[in-house]
Amino acid sequence: MKILTCPINGPRPITEFAYGGELREMPDPARATDAEWTDYVFNRNSVPSTKCEWWCHTSSGVWFIAVRDTASDVTLRTFLYARSAGGAP
Amino acid sequence: MNRLAARPGEWIDRSQRIAFSFEGHAHHGYQGDTLTSALIASGVRTLGRSFKYHRPRGALSVANHDANAIVQIRRAGRSIPNQRADLLPIAEGLEAFAVNTQGGLARDRRRHLDRLSAYLPVGFYYKAFHSKRLFPYWERLFRNLTGLGAVDLDAPRVVTPKRHEFADVAVIGAGPAGLAAAVAAADAGAEVVLVDENPRIGGSATYALASETASAQRVADLIGSVTSHPRIRRFVTTVATGLYADHLLALVTQDRLLKLRAGSVIIAQGAFEQPAVFRNNDLPGVMLASGAQRLMHRYAVAPASRVGILGANVHAYRAALDARAAGIEVSVLLDLRERPGPQSLPLAETLRAQGVRVLNGTGVYAAHRGGSGDIDSIELAEWREGAWRRSSANAIAVDGLWMSVGFAPADALLRQAGAVVQYDARACQFVPGVLPPGLFACGKVNGVFDLDARVADGQRAGTAAALHCGFESRSCFGVGAPDQETATHPYPIVEHPEGMNFVDFDEDLQLKDFANAVQEGFDNAELLKRFTTVGMGLSQGKHSNANALRVLAQLRGMPLDSIAQTTARPMFQSVPMSHLAGRGFSPERRTPVDADHESLGAVWMPAGNWRRPAYYRRDRLTREESIAAEVRALRGGIGLIDVGTLGKIEAHGSQAGEFLDRVYTGHFGSLKVGMTRYGLMLDESGVIVDDGVIARLAPEVFYFTTTTGNSAALFRELVRLATWWRMPVSLVNLTGHFAAFNLAGPRSREALARLTSLALDDAAFPYLGVREAKIANVPARLLRVGFVGELGYEIHVPSGSAAEVWNAIRTAGADFGITLIGVEAQRMLRLEKAHIIVGQDTDGLTNPFEIGADWAVKMDKPFFIGQRSLAIIAKNAPRQQLVGFALEPGRYAGIRECHLVIRDGDIAGRVTSVGQSPTLGRTIGLALVTPAAARDATLSIRIDGGAQVAAPIVPLPFYDPAGARQRIDSGGARS
Repeated sequence: MKILTCPINGPRPITEFAYGGELREMPDPARATDAEWTDYVFNRNSVPSTKCEWWCHTSSGVWFIAVRDTASDVTLRTFLYARSAGGAP
Repeated sequence: MNRLAARPGEWIDRSQRIAFSFEGHAHHGYQGDTLTSALIASGVRTLGRSFKYHRPRGALSVANHDANAIVQIRRAGRSIPNQRADLLPIAEGLEAFAVNTQGGLARDRRRHLDRLSAYLPVGFYYKAFHSKRLFPYWERLFRNLTGLGAVDLDAPRVVTPKRHEFADVAVIGAGPAGLAAAVAAADAGAEVVLVDENPRIGGSATYALASETASAQRVADLIGSVTSHPRIRRFVTTVATGLYADHLLALVTQDRLLKLRAGSVIIAQGAFEQPAVFRNNDLPGVMLASGAQRLMHRYAVAPASRVGILGANVHAYRAALDARAAGIEVSVLLDLRERPGPQSLPLAETLRAQGVRVLNGTGVYAAHRGGSGDIDSIELAEWREGAWRRSSANAIAVDGLWMSVGFAPADALLRQAGAVVQYDARACQFVPGVLPPGLFACGKVNGVFDLDARVADGQRAGTAAALHCGFESRSCFGVGAPDQETATHPYPIVEHPEGMNFVDFDEDLQLKDFANAVQEGFDNAELLKRFTTVGMGLSQGKHSNANALRVLAQLRGMPLDSIAQTTARPMFQSVPMSHLAGRGFSPERRTPVDADHESLGAVWMPAGNWRRPAYYRRDRLTREESIAAEVRALRGGIGLIDVGTLGKIEAHGSQAGEFLDRVYTGHFGSLKVGMTRYGLMLDESGVIVDDGVIARLAPEVFYFTTTTGNSAALFRELVRLATWWRMPVSLVNLTGHFAAFNLAGPRSREALARLTSLALDDAAFPYLGVREAKIANVPARLLRVGFVGELGYEIHVPSGSAAEVWNAIRTAGADFGITLIGVEAQRMLRLEKAHIIVGQDTDGLTNPFEIGADWAVKMDKPFFIGQRSLAIIAKNAPRQQLVGFALEPGRYAGIRECHLVIRDGDIAGRVTSVGQSPTLGRTIGLALVTPAAARDATLSIRIDGGAQVAAPIVPLPFYDPAGARQRIDSGGARS
């Protein structure tokens, strides 16, 4: 069982966490074409790489961002979204 | 009768004699004996029948991996299948029986099957089961012929608690390398757990070094250091069977599963000795030399009286010396090597001096069975023209044959954890190359066999593992000297025209089976495994995978390092199912008045992770009649529904209204304080994911409900959205903090008036209003809702006061005939009003337009989740539409939910809700159908059995279309 480090609660077993999808920028709904919007809604890039993902420590309700290398299955770091400007760490 | 004189370090306690039986015959052994050791001590060498051909088999490894010595035991009134005889401790009164026999081990009526082996070729299952027609025939035959023990259907239900353990460094395997590693890590300051499957630590040193006094003393000193070390805990009789991510180890003890989380892990599990392959290498009496040594040194048992030894390393010579020391005659020592190594040569001289025949460059061509069925002689083989061929020398009489031709590393845990292994041509075995961080290997798994080198390798690994956990060590250990001679022969495999040269004893696979499999195209390790089933038996390839790879490499003419091994997966060793079965960790939630429901006759149903009353039992009424009675009682007077399972959330903050505007499709920023509004929630693709009622308690305080099953995940998602959008909204999940009751029916207002001073008339508390007031002196939130289509109040109170409010309502309603309503009646009540249930009347693709909820969707808002997608959806023709249908009064046609709507021979939709309406006296239902079908006058519904029922489409809702009974009809939501 993997261990994930919650920025608030420290390293905890993965069963205490829920995955919230990839952190993605939403296109401006007013300006996006139908094709661009459809691509945003339905398409995901599953190529192994470094991903920024939403994770929630369910026991405490803390949402944070995990930067994960999906090729090596290693979590590079985790941090609170709110403390960062514009989603960048 | 085969018990040796008492010897130092033996594992048995001769002061405790134990009586047991095997196959109905009485035997004796000592405390500390396994079933295998006690039986061989008593002269019983045939311990089981083989899986396919029912050949008699004896002990092979005596290392807890003997797949042909499997017994069913009876103990304390229980019958337990599939116990390994070489692991099972004997106990007073134990009754054991060999599995997979018909009529007992000795007289097994299937014992002649091996003569039919020509008709049972490799891949027979695949060929036999290819025909659908003959499948049942073969299935019956094989279920009858093969198999293991019988499950005791009366076995008690056992819930086995797990135990969790933690360590800085976990060392798996307590042989010399593991002992040295544990001491080195603990000396560096790490808390160490040392795991070994045997009851005592020491590993191979407890049996293999008897003739090496200095080495034995060195290991004894190491054992002393481990035992006295304050930072080393020893887990013996414990099998490490799985190594999972981030160093979580599954450890199996006799009574439970241990989950050990370690900072770093050292694999020092040693190596499995491997059999040689020659004709009749499975006869009772033929065994691994290490197995014979275990019997002699641990249990003081002589497995033979006149033995031949087939070797290719120094261990064979040591086994011969051990045999001589135990008073066993060594008829011959055959060394496959032309030139024995520098460690073997002096031992060969010692043996020759004692009169033992030692032959180099010689193997066994075939073993022969005597009258008893056991081995009684061996024919020799010599290396000629690139192959092992029959020698002209005379057969040699023996009553046992011990094989020591090589080892395979016990590297399964390493490979489970992602270690890459590669073939080392010098050691003739696979060794780990790149190891993942925090994982270390030492000893024989690294191809290191000499004692000094193993200890040095263990010290190196132990120090490195402690460093990985952040401990510092001043010790510096180098790599030990390389082994003086190789322990493993590259190809100890001898062909024979009559076969019965077994590569896999578990699955009865002969050498020719591999040739046939490769010829049929199953020519890589994974395909070969699945076609032949090699390594899929009880020992999971511990004694067959290495030879199978050698055979495969030989057949394909490729070097071994180009042959990929099969994938290693947990579990590494068999685990009782009862160890894995345990308590579930999904608690069932109950509302505060759960006990009342129970005493009032509730029949339970699951709702999310809650339990809710489906209906309440009534004397002399069926389920359907009980539900109909509840519906009529509410429509005619007053009913009470426990809706405490609904998700209940508060949103606080100056932007709370704006936040709800973004997550729900309706307007909430403009909602007046004291009012509620129905809300639909969509996902980004415009699909309905939830609905609920949103109440504004104060300008910056909203209180809203969600569907039961979705509440936890939905709350989590709302918190994420608030985080993502950086909106200063505080969300509080009150689901468990508040109980909620729906008091509904034409007389609900009268009953409620008795419990509160709040003005309840329409002007003071209109439909869709929300009020905070005391009910039975408990602060409550009251919501006027219309989900069931009558005058009704949802009463939300703190859970701690729920029971007194519940009782007060029941008392106040008694004069009006208050009736408890279950989920089934509630579903019918809302169906009569055509109020949808998200997830039942919608699916994973349904958008609001398709269920006629356009009124709840405010496209003029700046933004809500799913809005942009709905704009695209609105441009396209609708995919489906929710319609209502009703049969003629009194007609029951057997329509059920999920029955298909058929139009022009094609599927045009499905029934989402259906039932017998007690109010209307007819079958009513909802169906999601294509727009074309929705324009028809009738739906054609295919019911169970295939008949089609014509169901007229009717306008919605079915009941009280003007909404007069709840005053205003703006929809409602409850599920």
